[in-house]
Amino acid sequence: MTHDVAIVAFAQTDHRRRSDDLSEVEMLMPVLHEVLAHTGLKTGDIGFTCSGSSDYLAGRAFSFTMALDGVGAWPPISESHVEMDGAWALYEAWVKILTGEADTALVYSYGKSSPGQVRDVLTRQLDPYYLAPLWPDSVALAALQAQALIDAGSVDEPELAAVAARNRDDARTNPHAQLSGSVPQGEYIVQPLRAGDCSPIGDGAAAVILAAGDRARDLCERPAWIRGMDHRIEAHSLGVRDLTDSPSTRLAAQRAGVFERPVDTAELHAPFSSQEVVLRRALDLDDSVRVNPSGGALAANPVMATGLVRLGEAAARIHRGESDRALAHATSGPCLQQNLVAVLEGEDRA
Amino acid sequence: MPELLSAPLVVEFPFTRSLGPVQSAFLTGLRERTVLGVRTEDGRVLVPPVEYDPVTAEEIRDLVEVGSCGTVTTWAWNPAPRRGQPLSEPFAWVLVRLDGADTSLLHALDAPGPEAVRTGMRVRVRWAGERTGAITDIACFEPYDGEPEVHGTEHDGQFDDAVTGIVAPARLDYVYSPGRAQTAHIAALADHRTVGERCPSCHKVYVPPRGACPTCGVATTDRVEVGPRGTVTTYCIVNIKAKNLDIEVPYVYAHIALDGADLALHGRIAGMPYDQVRMGLRVEPVWKPGGRHPDHYRPTGEPDADYDTYKELL
Repeated sequence: MTHDVAIVAFAQTDHRRRSDDLSEVEMLMPVLHEVLAHTGLKTGDIGFTCSGSSDYLAGRAFSFTMALDGVGAWPPISESHVEMDGAWALYEAWVKILTGEADTALVYSYGKSSPGQVRDVLTRQLDPYYLAPLWPDSVALAALQAQALIDAGSVDEPELAAVAARNRDDARTNPHAQLSGSVPQGEYIVQPLRAGDCSPIGDGAAAVILAAGDRARDLCERPAWIRGMDHRIEAHSLGVRDLTDSPSTRLAAQRAGVFERPVDTAELHAPFSSQEVVLRRALDLDDSVRVNPSGGALAANPVMATGLVRLGEAAARIHRGESDRALAHATSGPCLQQNLVAVLEGEDRA
Repeated sequence: MPELLSAPLVVEFPFTRSLGPVQSAFLTGLRERTVLGVRTEDGRVLVPPVEYDPVTAEEIRDLVEVGSCGTVTTWAWNPAPRRGQPLSEPFAWVLVRLDGADTSLLHALDAPGPEAVRTGMRVRVRWAGERTGAITDIACFEPYDGEPEVHGTEHDGQFDDAVTGIVAPARLDYVYSPGRAQTAHIAALADHRTVGERCPSCHKVYVPPRGACPTCGVATTDRVEVGPRGTVTTYCIVNIKAKNLDIEVPYVYAHIALDGADLALHGRIAGMPYDQVRMGLRVEPVWKPGGRHPDHYRPTGEPDADYDTYKELL
């Protein structure tokens, strides 16, 4: 059994508001080809394939089975799917490699939010007895959290606007971003959150390749070694949680080894500016840490792929030699209910 | 390239759910204008109540009646209510800690504007006129500056005619677009032509095309007209009449390999006795006026195809 598993390649689509001309598999396929081309691997070389998506986004039943056409699942492959963000598919693939069942893995995820109303769609993940019948949309729940932060004196609206502006300014160097540069804060969507505080709605896909040990060194000049990864969840009911804090993020980070040594980069999955504030506090990130150099979810938020993009972006920075120790975070559920944290490291350069 | 097709798509389902003892007592209580919480081992009162302690995971059942007045713990002003939300005029989402409770309940607050809402404000339940045993029996909250009501008394959770289940209807609206490959296929069908796509790598022709070769994992872009005739590769006899389907049973449902295609598609066989359909039968499509796809396939009268010509397409 080896504990040395690395992200060796990453690819993502240009994230767009709509992609009517493409079916899900058509949107996904170029990304799969690109990530394989980075390593020279072919589908048949991959030990394990795992994907993340949700049928609720596009209203298509069993869409992940059709997306498999883009992988080339004949002759038969070892494959699995999570009805979650691809970050959790990556977790499953990581475990698969740790157990010795595979030495390479292809992880991909995709989401087309454009056919439906993603604010309404996400209400269907809520408790069906007390919450879902009220249809509280994703922005409304995040706005309750933002107001709790403001009441606690942790942030004010201008500071939230500054978080959004910094992310989108950083996204100028990200050719895949949906929103970049100066974006007006706009009107309240649900007060205190304005349009600028919310991630854009759009379609996109991402893929990474994992490899173990020397295989990773063969496939990538500077692999992004996964030093630890953990995910935690909090109580379902919003009313029992302190919305200004994210104990699940802190615990996942602790178990992943984040606090053992400082990180230089953090890719945080914060679909709302206020959630970046919560995450920075939970993770004890100070100004020495480069947060979301990609622009984060406020620049592009393909639901079900955004978390995997965070892992990919953090890894790509290590591949390029721009980071030595990076934190990647993914979230799911209302108000940061579930959180996954990974620590990625590059080896010392000669 | 034909213009991209798109059409409204509604996904609707009445989720029918049973309730456990605690949720049944809570929702029945709402019908009777009584709000119940549940007491944890360490003495906290959870509203809305759950059946298991979120800290210890112990089963909890000690019900407590709490007040119908409470305090806003956080809020958010919703200027544009969406379908299904509690109020159709602008309102505040609120988490409310009811008097006697230690946790907060999510609901709507009817207030004239955001300036009339603040954390810490006092509110009370406005009951729905018609109550059925659901969270929507609370129509919303409203501002309230009166005295707190009595609360904190034990409650046995017993009501006449307890609610034991809920129906939670869900409806989501989409605009479905099938993408480039399927749009071309559907557009061709309008001219009574069947068009597939060829894989540039393995050269197989897929129909209907989905834009990718499932074997090679590459885009299929080369359009190929197939059929109209084809061969039955396998079939089954359907003996159960489907709801809203105007076809007499028994009928035959078959896989049909259209000439030039490397994948069989599905179709109904008619125009001959059901018990004479066989593998290798040669068939052709029959279109009905205004039909957007073949209504069924009928025998052409040609000799049956040799098994070797379709054995790879079973």
